[in-house]
Amino acid sequence: MHEYSIVASLIDRVQQEAALHGGTRVHRLHVKIGEQSGVELDLLKTAFDTFREQTICDGAELAIDTVAVAWACSSCERSVAPGSILRCEDCGKPARMVQGDEIILERIEMEAPDV
Amino acid sequence: MCETCGCGDPEIVPVEVKERILSDNDAQAGHNRSHFESLGVLAINLMGSPGAGKTAVLEATSKAAAGRLKLGAVSGDLATDRDADRLNASGIVSSTITTGSACHLDARLVHHALHHFPSNDSDIFFIENVGNLVCPAIYDLGQTANVVTLSVTEGEDKPLKYPVMFQKADLVLLTKIDLIPHLDFDVDAVEDALARVMPDARMLKVSAKTGEGIEQWLRWLEERRPEAVERPADAHHHHHHEHSDGSQHEQH
Repeated sequence: MHEYSIVASLIDRVQQEAALHGGTRVHRLHVKIGEQSGVELDLLKTAFDTFREQTICDGAELAIDTVAVAWACSSCERSVAPGSILRCEDCGKPARMVQGDEIILERIEMEAPDV
Repeated sequence: MCETCGCGDPEIVPVEVKERILSDNDAQAGHNRSHFESLGVLAINLMGSPGAGKTAVLEATSKAAAGRLKLGAVSGDLATDRDADRLNASGIVSSTITTGSACHLDARLVHHALHHFPSNDSDIFFIENVGNLVCPAIYDLGQTANVVTLSVTEGEDKPLKYPVMFQKADLVLLTKIDLIPHLDFDVDAVEDALARVMPDARMLKVSAKTGEGIEQWLRWLEERRPEAVERPADAHHHHHHEHSDGSQHEQH
């Protein structure tokens, strides 16, 4: 259940940004979560609903953008299908994950009366 | 003004962040990494299910490395000091990080443990993570390499079920191989599963009980040890040290 600790870090970061930008209330957070990031979306939502109360995120929406897994050869960039042997058929080099492990705070929409 | 949701509210501003949510942990892990590097220590984040044999592998490692290498360890445990007690008895200088209900170690917990660690001259330092195949994979601790123990009693498909953990592994130790004759365990199947989730998959077969494979494991570790560095006796003890709260502490 590391989703609770991820949400705690998320809300901390939002509070820092709000202080920086004179934000008074957060309407929506956009996060990007990779399908192979190790984060369970349902648990993340539950954790957010629990932890946002009494914080600047109280009532805010969590908009989650999921990112599919993609692998490519670490040398020639040829794509390697997820679930297959993670080695390039052409040059034999190991694949590397191109996307799918993101745990990223993209954007905050907040009320900032003074901006 | 709000440009994304179309509500047109003039007081809503979008703030672009585009950063990892765990960036604070990443920064602390970077700090730990520079500690290990300045001391010339190989730091291993040892992960695996509860009961996969993490502590037993370290005990066998200590036995095989006696007189060759100085080993240190911190063990993450929810509630007890049992693992650290076992490791100390086997000759590895070790301490416990009691995590309470937390299912994983993070870089701040490891940093705290490093500053209270009884010795400062390990060649190899093991961070024995909390037994768990999910959460620990997400947190960088400042390690040089991730090693995952997988025991033959857990089943060949574990890598496919827990791809995040195995994807991040630099090495998998297949443990308890002395039990294979008693099981329907297919080593080829686990190698195939690993090759589908772990780039450049590497696995060593070991038995802490018989000592089989422990020499190869030690060789793998030795190959990864950093070049010898100038190691003044008090390198870590008397430097000024910036902490995340911005304060400075003299370390003793």
